[in-house]
Amino acid sequence: MRIASIAMALASLACAGTAIAAKKDRQEAPAPGAGSSAEPENPFPSTYKPYPGVPTVIRGATIYDGEGGRIDNGVVFLSGGKVTAIGGPDTPIPADVAVIDAKGKWVTPGVIDIHSHLGDYPSPSVAALSDGNEATSPVTAHVWAEHSVWPQDPGFGRAMANGGVTTLQILPGSANLFGGRGVTLKNVPARTMQGMKFRGAPYSLKMACGENPKRVYGSKGREPSTRMGNMAVDRQTWIKAREYQKKRAAGKDQTRDLGMETLADVLEGKILVQNHCYRADEMANVIDMAKEFGYKVTAFHHAVESYKIADLLRDNGICSAMWGDWYGFKMEAYDGIKENIPLVHNAGACAIVHSDDENGIQRLNQEAAKALGAGRRMGIDVPDEIAWTWLAINPAKAMGIADKTGSLKPGKMGDVVLWNGDPFSTYTRPEKVWVDGALLYDAMDPKRRSVSDFELGQIGAGDVK
Amino acid sequence: MNKGLLLMAAATFAFAAPALAQTIAITGGTLAIGDGSELVPNGTVVIANGKVVAAGPNVAVPAGAKMIDARGKWVTPGLVSGYSRVGLVEVPGVSETNDSGAQGLPFSAAIDVAPAINPLANPVAISRTAGVTRAVVVPQASGGIFAGQGAVIDLGADMSPITKARAFQYVEMGEEGAKQAGGSRPALYLRFRTMLREAQAYAKVPASYDGRSTDALLTRVDAEALAPVVNGAMPLLVHVESARDILAVLALRQEFPALRLILAGAAEGWMVASQIAAAKVPVIAGGLDDLPSAFEKLAATQSNVGRMVKAGVSVSMGLMERDEGLQLRLATQQAGNMVALNKIPGAAGLSWGQALRTITSAPAEAMGLGDRIGSLRPGRAADVVLWDGDPLEMESAPVSVWIDGVEQPIDNRQTKLRDRYATPAEGGLPKAYSW
Repeated sequence: MRIASIAMALASLACAGTAIAAKKDRQEAPAPGAGSSAEPENPFPSTYKPYPGVPTVIRGATIYDGEGGRIDNGVVFLSGGKVTAIGGPDTPIPADVAVIDAKGKWVTPGVIDIHSHLGDYPSPSVAALSDGNEATSPVTAHVWAEHSVWPQDPGFGRAMANGGVTTLQILPGSANLFGGRGVTLKNVPARTMQGMKFRGAPYSLKMACGENPKRVYGSKGREPSTRMGNMAVDRQTWIKAREYQKKRAAGKDQTRDLGMETLADVLEGKILVQNHCYRADEMANVIDMAKEFGYKVTAFHHAVESYKIADLLRDNGICSAMWGDWYGFKMEAYDGIKENIPLVHNAGACAIVHSDDENGIQRLNQEAAKALGAGRRMGIDVPDEIAWTWLAINPAKAMGIADKTGSLKPGKMGDVVLWNGDPFSTYTRPEKVWVDGALLYDAMDPKRRSVSDFELGQIGAGDVK
Repeated sequence: MNKGLLLMAAATFAFAAPALAQTIAITGGTLAIGDGSELVPNGTVVIANGKVVAAGPNVAVPAGAKMIDARGKWVTPGLVSGYSRVGLVEVPGVSETNDSGAQGLPFSAAIDVAPAINPLANPVAISRTAGVTRAVVVPQASGGIFAGQGAVIDLGADMSPITKARAFQYVEMGEEGAKQAGGSRPALYLRFRTMLREAQAYAKVPASYDGRSTDALLTRVDAEALAPVVNGAMPLLVHVESARDILAVLALRQEFPALRLILAGAAEGWMVASQIAAAKVPVIAGGLDDLPSAFEKLAATQSNVGRMVKAGVSVSMGLMERDEGLQLRLATQQAGNMVALNKIPGAAGLSWGQALRTITSAPAEAMGLGDRIGSLRPGRAADVVLWDGDPLEMESAPVSVWIDGVEQPIDNRQTKLRDRYATPAEGGLPKAYSW
């Protein structure tokens, strides 16, 4: 189950949820020609609308702003779904708004998980709901993870209540070299996937290195069965994608191909590559392949050996999405160490804490704390407020949404967590969680706790979890 | 780093001749006994001859004892993983190194993990470095409802890992059990009862038991292995999750009154906690399970452990369903999160002392070893950990670990990799020369 969930890919197209986003996409497209003129920009547009919130002041907390800033005894003001003000105790606020006394508590931006399979591998984990890996061909760039998302997965609610997660990227699994498109969601209960879809977030392409593709297909007597086979199939596919992209850019007629559309968008920089890859040497191969074909890897995921090539990753501007302490569950994870995250950070490369797990997503703050402690013991003393970037602005950047969320800056989404203590402590839990300024979880109010359709009417429904 | 090398070398030699355990006094630390009691500030632990002599607030230090200054640090008993496969696995995904379970065998209950425990497996050292000194090692059921006989081991850097071989028999009695039994719970219960009756017949007259009859479900070796289970000499660790399956398992004692049951999993145990408590059956739970990951776990909640403890159940924690061979160090995270629940209205948490108990003395007692390991009460094995901070916080780590009074190496393959790659660039020689 772990191995299945570990393989993931994100694929993305510019999420055209709104008229504005669609217009932007058209503007960015170099030359929408005949081949693409018939294509709907946004066949599955976001219908997400922020829920109503009340203007709220959170006063007296220790604030980590998500970009590395810290304010003691701070003030955060949320209104109109946005962060409208943040500052010290003297920050001016309107007189007639609700004030939450948060002395002794912490405030952070909502946690962002760049690597989740919630909805695609939901609970209960029965075969009928297992939709995370289209493991029928090593190249499935044409599938979109969003079409497997089951919004009733109880895991979404747990990720908010226990983990303070407000935004997450759902990736296809890693059985395939090209797993398909990933989608970014707001962590709000909804009847449809579209009702969760993050407006204006770029899509991603999930790719995978290493053991999973060669094992899944090699065991079927098919290519790839080796790492060199992985790379060969990758490169053959990119050659075709470049031809498709060139024709499309030139406005020449060609039959639409969903997979090629996704890959062409990668080559045009509109879709971000999220590449499952464990080993340092394989990451280096992928970096060269990306240069060969003129695309960029945005982040390596599960990158347990990033610490071995942190300089290379820094120089190429590639993020690493990592666990706090996973190691050794398969051969390519054998060299995982607890200091991976601080070593990557310390080299000046972009570090992200990710989960790939329906339980881990409930405790990403604690995963970061493991890394912090391990780093400090070896002399890498990252301040707490800087470490919070691993959970906030860094994943936001790697998901292309840093202009909208990922930090507590005026004008950004009101995605906020009030923690009942130091958020790097195991003794701390979210007390309140706002998404776009709407209070969607309150530990002090049993009715501010979502219950998915699956759990409604079942034993334990509405219980504290 | 040189110190680390020396320790490793010392550990290697220790395999041949375990160091004689000396008298040690650890003073001035924040002390936890591990029996459920709360923290003792400025406590002292005295160990000698591999055993705990005394631990508490006003303990006399014997003359000549080696003094360890624990001021600013925390002292606990070594952690005991209530459910693991450590020592059976090097890399779970590499089958040659994974001795968890086997298929296609003519026997199941007779399997004994003890001879297969590899004390040199890297996960043993990694767990030891994190303060885990003992573990319940559970075989995996893959060839029938019974998985075989598990062991309790120590994680010392020596070649004698066994604390208790054949400590318990393991059986699947929930969804997995139904699957192993052919596809249904009725088949599971019929199979279980038939097998136990055969074991009773074996126990009565071993020589006359015919394991080769076409009616027999048990081979002779399996019948022999189950005889002590049915007569109560060996505990039966039962994996069961749902409330209704738990009650069905407790009811088995009407037919087999001598069964010494221990429940593993019990995600819905909180729903029938009073019945579990009344039956005096200990539970080894996952702790953080809170998703309906299966239909047998619909009511899973992190408050499960706290609610069962409040009902009077003796609850331990272990690794259920994942990372059983590798991540025994998650015990402190499991326990810390139980404490966190105290601040959530409607949730049931544990006090700090109770939380530590779930990963020290409670699993030891569940295995019938509470008088030997799992706490710093006098006479217990001198398994002691000195921590650089609150052990239930994720930023803390051990600075010293003793097992049976012997100081242990606390470096491992991972710390070597860390040191090699402290700076990523190659130096005057390739990194392969740095070791």
